[in-house]
Amino acid sequence: MTAAPLSLYAKRKGVYPKAIDGFYRRLKWVVMAVTLAIYWITPWLRWDRGPYAPDQAVLVDLAHRRFYMFAIEIWPHEFYYVAGLLVMAGVGLFLVTSAVGRAWCGYACPQTVWTDLYQHVERFIDGDRNAQIRLDKAPWSAGKIARRVAKWSIWLFIAFGTGGAWIFYFADAPTLQQQFWSGTAAPVAYATVAVLTATTFILGGFMREQVCIYMCPWPRIQTAMLDEKSLVVTYKYWRGEQRGSLKKSLAQPDAFGDCIDCDQCVAVCPTGIDIREGPQIGCITCALCVDACDKVMAQVGRPRGLIDYCTEDDATAEKAGRAPRPVIRSLLHVRTLVYLTLWSAVGVAMLFALGTRTRIDISAQQDRNPIAMRLSDGTVRNAFTVKLRNMESRPRPMRISAEGLAGVSLWTDRDGRADARAAIDTIVPSDSVAKLRIFLAAPANGPQREDFAFTVRATDREGGTASEPAHFERLQ
Amino acid sequence: MADPTKSKIDQHSGTPTMGHEWDGIEELDTPLPRWWLWTFYACILFSLGYVIAYPAWPLVNSYTKGMLGWSSRGDLARDMAAQAAKVAPIHRAIAATPIDQLPANAALMQAAVDGGRAAFKVHCVQCHGSGAAGSKGYPNLNDDDWLWGGDLVTIEKTIIDGVRNPDHAETRMSIMPAFGRDQLLQAAQVDDLVAHVRTISGQQKPDAASRRGGQLFADNCAVCHGPAGKGNRELGAPNLTDGIWLYGGDAESIHQTVWNSRQGVMPRWGDKLDPATVRMLAAYVHSLGGGEAAPVPVPVPVPTVAAAVDNGAAEATSDARQ
Repeated sequence: MTAAPLSLYAKRKGVYPKAIDGFYRRLKWVVMAVTLAIYWITPWLRWDRGPYAPDQAVLVDLAHRRFYMFAIEIWPHEFYYVAGLLVMAGVGLFLVTSAVGRAWCGYACPQTVWTDLYQHVERFIDGDRNAQIRLDKAPWSAGKIARRVAKWSIWLFIAFGTGGAWIFYFADAPTLQQQFWSGTAAPVAYATVAVLTATTFILGGFMREQVCIYMCPWPRIQTAMLDEKSLVVTYKYWRGEQRGSLKKSLAQPDAFGDCIDCDQCVAVCPTGIDIREGPQIGCITCALCVDACDKVMAQVGRPRGLIDYCTEDDATAEKAGRAPRPVIRSLLHVRTLVYLTLWSAVGVAMLFALGTRTRIDISAQQDRNPIAMRLSDGTVRNAFTVKLRNMESRPRPMRISAEGLAGVSLWTDRDGRADARAAIDTIVPSDSVAKLRIFLAAPANGPQREDFAFTVRATDREGGTASEPAHFERLQ
Repeated sequence: MADPTKSKIDQHSGTPTMGHEWDGIEELDTPLPRWWLWTFYACILFSLGYVIAYPAWPLVNSYTKGMLGWSSRGDLARDMAAQAAKVAPIHRAIAATPIDQLPANAALMQAAVDGGRAAFKVHCVQCHGSGAAGSKGYPNLNDDDWLWGGDLVTIEKTIIDGVRNPDHAETRMSIMPAFGRDQLLQAAQVDDLVAHVRTISGQQKPDAASRRGGQLFADNCAVCHGPAGKGNRELGAPNLTDGIWLYGGDAESIHQTVWNSRQGVMPRWGDKLDPATVRMLAAYVHSLGGGEAAPVPVPVPVPTVAAAVDNGAAEATSDARQ
């Protein structure tokens, strides 16, 4: 059969999901409420860190290069914690996918949550599915314009709230809010809000399932990650086919399956697919079709679960008339356990590292040009730029010495060689890096390259040390 | 492109195929979403606008300038002008602050050191090296040995007036005689002097030659280098007892120095650079690790032997100019 000439481009098919109530719809409500609450409330939580640090519980302070998360403060050189979090997020998605399929897509993905929110607004203004279809087809009239303006205004308001909340993660929220409204915030804040408002409005209001199908890489990755033990929303065709209307199937019970072809599963689908065509990339496994079908099955007095979460293994078992495996066995199989172990291992390792990390650090960079030079008394001088990190939120006295270098004396560019001594005392301000230029003089006779260690010791009550290996270079 | 003769409708998706087949695998001819097309058109429109607004097309000797008149060179010039405007008040402040009062203002001193580092890379690295470590004949500015003095005021004066600029009265001037070449001393006497200098700098043990050289030193050299060879900064006479040698401390180099004399030259920068830049250079050089504190001023200058020596040096200078 030869194909008819086909346009290269396809218009988006309108999706007008019908309102539905049921277990999964309520689950979606809860997830939506929780995720939106986390998003909007988090920047406003306070956390007392003393006088030298901000009191915002979660703060990505790009200007000062600090990341605060409740009791944890991360410096840029500790970025591996962020890398660890990203690894956990990645493995976590693998874990969720192998256990419960595309649950992320169906419930927690921001695209899903905001689209869902926008669709509720749409229903509130335009009415349910049929009214929406009618309104779309209707010619422009005062009533239609009024409804469109109302809907888009609310969408824009939500989009602005979404874009507006984002910037509060990057600066003190109450201060920034005042600055924002008084027009004194940084231009980048307004630009960020504008961009995120626009993307939220467009992606949530108009692009919707197109984002999932054409723009997002995650469905493609997940397609490769699903296996016969992953939960997917399944139309049990062996039970549903041959489809027929209720009237026909009642007249000829042997000729027809349980599906009465009412199309409710299609009507409620937020991505506009027909789940009865089998697993497909457009299915975000939100299970609203399960709710819809269960409701219909209850009405016609047939058992629920014609469309249901079901693994491919269970489908095979059910087709063969065997009992499906308990859900717990579907969730806990080798792959999920491996992912769970990996995920926990990264988490435990990070917690361990957090618990044992030092809050004092030293790094030393040697002058390379010249690397060594002779002083008039015949000794050799090297110069280092030494950085002391005080990661506590209080000033700390520290002492720097060069361990393992015989006859060495140290001085800084602030004093002179007249003040040369065996160790340098300094006070490092709270939560900051102190940079010192340190000169070392040592006798000229010795190995051309001598190992030693720059050591810093906090001289307050809490103490703590850190050291950095270095070399003392002599002239040939 | 699709091969319409072999294209057919895929049973599962209802989408036509491209008509290709590889081992039973066929490619669906799924239409692109229309919005993608509009996005593409929008990009084309944007690029048209861009070509009109910004420089785009190369011509034979030029290029299309664009309506906005933007150019990367203009951008750079603007950045440079903005930077110059930003540092201008700092430079004014540096120029207005006598250099011995600069350290009292830590921020200004730091600005001066940073500015000096940049200026050094332009004006000084040719001789003193990018790390100011110098080389034979060009002093290492990192160390603590100074011919003319290592405090801020003295360094600044050295930079302003230069060293051995014959056309400039204020210049740093010291002329060591070429004892061998000009036959002021015999060859054997020069050898003895070298032995003495290597002895006082701790590089060899005293012997008969160095003892003979000691007497020669007292007669010929001590007037500038001092009886003990410790040098004299008033005259720019180097300290011969320390570990630092501008032209090398081995016997052959010292012999060369005594025989022919050495007369390195540094340009005077006072007539080439503005006062702020000179001041910043001095601050930078001082910061390299060898900088000295300002000498405690002597209340009353007492005429001493040094003054007499000074006059002698002045005579030597005038001799050299003839």
